Amino acid sequence: MPIALHDVHYAYPDGTPAVQGVDLTLERGERLAIVGQNGAGKTTTVKLMNGLLRPTRGTVTVDGLSTATRTTAQVARQVGYVFQNPDDQVFAGDVEAELTLMPRYLRWDAARTAERVARAVELTGIGRYVGSNPNDLPFPVKKFVAIAAILVGTCDYVILDEPTAGLDRPGTRQLATMLDRLQDDGIAVVTITHDMRFVADAFPRVVAMADGTVIADGSAADVFADDDVLIRSQLQRLEVAQLARNLNLTDRATRIADVLPLIP
Amino acid sequence: MDLATLRDVTFTYAYAEVPALDGVTLQLQRGQLYGVVGINGSGKSTLCSLLRGLIPHFHQGTLEGKVEILGKDLGEWDAAELSRTIGCVFDNPFTQISGIKDTVFEEIAFGLENLGISRSEMFARVTSVGEQMGITALLRKNPNELSGGQRQKVAFASIIAMDSEVLVIDEPTSQLDPQSSQAVFEIIADLKARGKSIVLVEHKMDLMAQFADRLVVMRSGQVIAEGLTAQVLASPAMDAADVPRPEVTDLAFALEAAGKGLGSIPVTRREAEAAIAARMRGSRVHADRIA
Repeated sequence: MPIALHDVHYAYPDGTPAVQGVDLTLERGERLAIVGQNGAGKTTTVKLMNGLLRPTRGTVTVDGLSTATRTTAQVARQVGYVFQNPDDQVFAGDVEAELTLMPRYLRWDAARTAERVARAVELTGIGRYVGSNPNDLPFPVKKFVAIAAILVGTCDYVILDEPTAGLDRPGTRQLATMLDRLQDDGIAVVTITHDMRFVADAFPRVVAMADGTVIADGSAADVFADDDVLIRSQLQRLEVAQLARNLNLTDRATRIADVLPLIP
Repeated sequence: MDLATLRDVTFTYAYAEVPALDGVTLQLQRGQLYGVVGINGSGKSTLCSLLRGLIPHFHQGTLEGKVEILGKDLGEWDAAELSRTIGCVFDNPFTQISGIKDTVFEEIAFGLENLGISRSEMFARVTSVGEQMGITALLRKNPNELSGGQRQKVAFASIIAMDSEVLVIDEPTSQLDPQSSQAVFEIIADLKARGKSIVLVEHKMDLMAQFADRLVVMRSGQVIAEGLTAQVLASPAMDAADVPRPEVTDLAFALEAAGKGLGSIPVTRREAEAAIAARMRGSRVHADRIA
């Protein structure tokens, strides 16, 4: 069962329209990157997916149930949202307390809690920090703590807002491994990101947004090949894609391997 | 006089088991834009704290070796004087923004108030950096209402407003979109052109390749390479430190491995395009001759 948005509109209380007629379906186990400039409606769209916001027109259903008829807490158990800045999310005094926040709230038994926490810790590679105060941790570790806290309580869909921002290469690798394992478990991942390298490497499906609407839905190569989409969404091609384009080698390069055979 | 001279410097944070800086010897010249790269925990931020005098004045720990900032021993600097001389942008704008000011304008002016600058000068400077950073529309807003990216711009604006001679900047673009990141780098390049000395920690290697004069590569608290950006980016130190190279540099290495080396290792797209275009012209001429 998917998350399905049908002709979804959303306007903020002051009347400012943020999303204007979005149709989008996300299947279990799928990986989707939403790209576009600030203000394009990306964050509003994902907040509509997990019930933080409800559409002012149209419907959002998660596994067939409308978000309009359920509380945010109910939807959020299925669709987890990891904030861009872990400081917006992480507040417990130690990592373990942060990770068990949701289980304690939901009154899970000890065995279930331990199993979910262990899995989230392993997926995010934060094992050595479980006893630490999150505020003493380097920013990237804190980000993985925020991700782990959501993975503990969430089953089916995870939204990651700018997950690679501030991450180094080992952190990005950890993230890529985590995405593979979530996919193996049938968990869908939606990311909002400006990091086109991450998009091209880890997300088979890319949705570009501009002015509250979806202007492209395809592969990274499809998006990079379309000048009109790039201009409207103010996206920049990857360096290797731009090079291939400038030298008239190909419009569809996203990796070095795409360009290599074309150079004499 | 150099910006900084470090001789066999080791620093261990209080309660830490391993040193954050481990036998660092480094000479930083004035008027240059230094990029500092390395994975998390490699010592980049500790190096920044040292240059700024937060070590040993604020962070507790054991400091060994000799550190000179602008020709004066670090221990002899007055902490307040040092913080006026060296502006510092932290990687997390939430740490930097004071939280006690009601508007972005006042936040940016906060540092200037402490420098005893006249009101008219203060007004002019805040207005001018606001325009430079493209945040004029935010000046009346409450800093607490801003997004992560907007706060990062405000934190950066409040430091450049102070017009210090040296800037130590820790990941200024981690929360910014590509256009804003490019804009921040252009401002940094402009500050350098105006004679400022800059030490910049940043993960975006394509921008580093374009703007940094020299690179310092760190691993496990040690400096494993220091030199001209183009040379360092093409050196094995990048792999040793697990830091990505610019994409076009990786492409050049891949071409070399495939027996199609360009004869040089470009670090910017423009250089790579020129080298590959020359190769393509050459191969066309060759093909024509055979025909």
